Amino acid sequence: MDISFSLIINAIAAGLLLGGFYAAVTAGVSISFGMLDIVNIAHPAFIILGSYIAYFFNANYGVDPILVSIIALPAFYALGAAVYQVYYQAFERRGQESLRGLAFFFGLLFVTEVSLILVFGVDYRYVEAAYIGPSIHIGVIDVPLRMVVPCVVSLLLFGAIQLFVTRTFIGRAIMAVSQDQMALQLMGVDPIKIKRVAFGISIATAAVAGALLIIIQPVEPSVGREYIGRVFAICVLGGLGSMPGTLIAAMLLGVVESLTSTFYGPSWAPAVAFGLLLLTLAFRPAGLLGR
Amino acid sequence: MNRVNTAKFALITIAVGALVMAFAHWMHVDYLYFASYTILQFIVLATAWNILGGYCGYVNFGSAAFFAMGAYSSVFIHKFHPLPVPVLIVIGGIVSGMVGFGMGYLTLRLRGSFFAIATLALAVVLQTLVVNWDFVGGSRGAYIIRPEELEFAGITVNYIEYLFALMLLLTVIALVTARTIERSQLGFGFATIRDDELAAEASGVPTLRLKLIATSLSGAFMGMAGAPFPYYIGYLQPSSAFGLEYAVNSIAMPMIGGTTSWVGPLVGAVLLGSAQQYATVTISSAVNLLIVGLMLVAFVIIAPNGLVGLVQERLRAWRRPS
Repeated sequence: MDISFSLIINAIAAGLLLGGFYAAVTAGVSISFGMLDIVNIAHPAFIILGSYIAYFFNANYGVDPILVSIIALPAFYALGAAVYQVYYQAFERRGQESLRGLAFFFGLLFVTEVSLILVFGVDYRYVEAAYIGPSIHIGVIDVPLRMVVPCVVSLLLFGAIQLFVTRTFIGRAIMAVSQDQMALQLMGVDPIKIKRVAFGISIATAAVAGALLIIIQPVEPSVGREYIGRVFAICVLGGLGSMPGTLIAAMLLGVVESLTSTFYGPSWAPAVAFGLLLLTLAFRPAGLLGR
Repeated sequence: MNRVNTAKFALITIAVGALVMAFAHWMHVDYLYFASYTILQFIVLATAWNILGGYCGYVNFGSAAFFAMGAYSSVFIHKFHPLPVPVLIVIGGIVSGMVGFGMGYLTLRLRGSFFAIATLALAVVLQTLVVNWDFVGGSRGAYIIRPEELEFAGITVNYIEYLFALMLLLTVIALVTARTIERSQLGFGFATIRDDELAAEASGVPTLRLKLIATSLSGAFMGMAGAPFPYYIGYLQPSSAFGLEYAVNSIAMPMIGGTTSWVGPLVGAVLLGSAQQYATVTISSAVNLLIVGLMLVAFVIIAPNGLVGLVQERLRAWRRPS
C-alpha cells in the first residue's frame, strides 16, 4: 500500500512537471488557433525545427539549448510573420482558409518533417547540459532536473505571454482582433499587422518549446505528430484563447498521461490526449474556461 | 460530357477498366500489377476523400485511420477463418463506414476545423489501440501468406492479378459513385454545405444528415481500399497501415487535380501516383514524399482549383475569343 502511494505521488509530481512543459508547447497554438482562428496544425513541426536548431548548436559548439532558443527567437518570429503573410495573401483574403488553408499547413508540416529527415536522418538526437542527469529528492518524491528546468522555463514563458497580452497595447490589440476584427479596424488599427505580429510570436514560442522538448526526451523528426493531438487537446480543453484555461488543461493532461503510463504502460500514453480531445469535442466543446 | 448519363458512364468506365486489365495481362509483368495496384488504391482513396473534402468542404486528416481499419478488419477475420477477398472488402467498408459515421456524429455539429483536428486525433487513438492489441499482431505486425494462384471456375489466376482486378473494380465503383453524387440532389446538398452551411441550414437543407452520409460514404470507400492491403503487402504492421503517406496523398491528390469534380482526384492520383512510383524506384522514398508535400503547398497557393481548374480556365478563354 505504501509503495503504491509513493508511486502515485511520484506520478502526479512528474505529471505536473510534464504539464508545465506542455503549457509552453501549447502557448503558440493558444495564440494562433485560440485567438487568431488560424488552424496551424504545422505548429509541432516548428517545435521540432526548434529542437533540431538547439541540437545543432549544442552538439557542434556546446551552447546551452535554452540559450540557443532565446537567440533563435527573432528568426522564428520572422519565419512566423512570413508564413502569416503567405497565408493571408493566398487564403484568408479570399475567404478560403477552411479547406485550402488547412491543406497548406498540412503541407508545411509534411515538408518540414521530411526535410529534417533528409538533413538529419531518422536517428534520435539529444542534447547535453549540466542539468540533464541529476535529480532532486523531496521526501518520497523524486524528480529529475531535466523535467524541472523545462517546467520552470515554460512557466516563465507562459507568464510573459500572459503579461504581454493583458498589459501592453499590442497584446490587447491581439485580444481585440480575436473578439471583433471590424471594431479594431474602426479604432484605426490595422488588424492584418496585429495578426502578423501575433502569429510571429506564436511561432517564436516554438523555438523555446523545441529546446525544452529536446532537453526532456531525445527527438526524431516524426515526434512532432504526437504533439498535434496534445496541443489541440489542451487548447480545446482549456477553452480557446484562454491562457489560464490552457495552463490548467496542460497540467491536467500531464497528470492524466503520467498516471496512465505509470499504471498501464507508456505505449498507451499517446491515446490519452486524443481520447480527451474527442471527449471534450463531443461533450464540452467550449472547454473548461470557455467563453 | 453532360449528355453522358450514369449508366453510359458506368459502361465507359468498365470498358476502360477492361482495356487496362487486358493490356496489363498482355504485358504480363508482375511489377506492373504491383505498381498499378498502388495507383488504383490511391484513386479510390483520393475519390473517397473528395466526397467529404471536395464536395462538402470538410477536411479529413485521418484517411490513414480509415484505410487501416479496413486492412486490420481483414487481418482480424483472417485469424479466425480466411474469407474470400471480395467479402473482406465489403466488411472493411462497413467497419470504416461505421467509424466514419461515429466520428461525424461526435464532431460535425462543431465548426469545420474541429472536425479536421478530431480526425487527426482519431488516427492516433486507433493506432495506439492496434499497437496494444496483440491479437492482430500488436506493434510486431501480422503476416498474411498470400496464395500464389487462385482456382476460379476451372481457370487458374495469378493472385496478384486477381487483387489488381478487384481494385480496378473498386476504382470503377468509386468513380461512378462520385460522379452520380455530383449530379444528384445529394451532391447539390453537399455543395450548399461547402458554400455556406449557415444559409443552407436556414433554407431547410438537412445539413447534419447530409454530412453524416458524406463521412460514412467516404470512410467506407477508404476502408474498402484498405481491406485487400494485407494480402497485397503480405506483412502488415501498424506504422505501414497508418502511414502518413496515405493521409498526405489522399489530400494532395484531389487538391492538385481539382476538388470540384470526380475528374480531379482521378487526374491527381494518376499523376502523383505514377510520379511517386517512379521516384521511389529511381531516387528515394523520402525525397518523393518531399516532392508531394511541396507540390501540395504550391498548388493550394497558386492553383486553387487544381489542374482541372486550370484546364477549364484555358478552355473558357479559348471559346470566348476577345
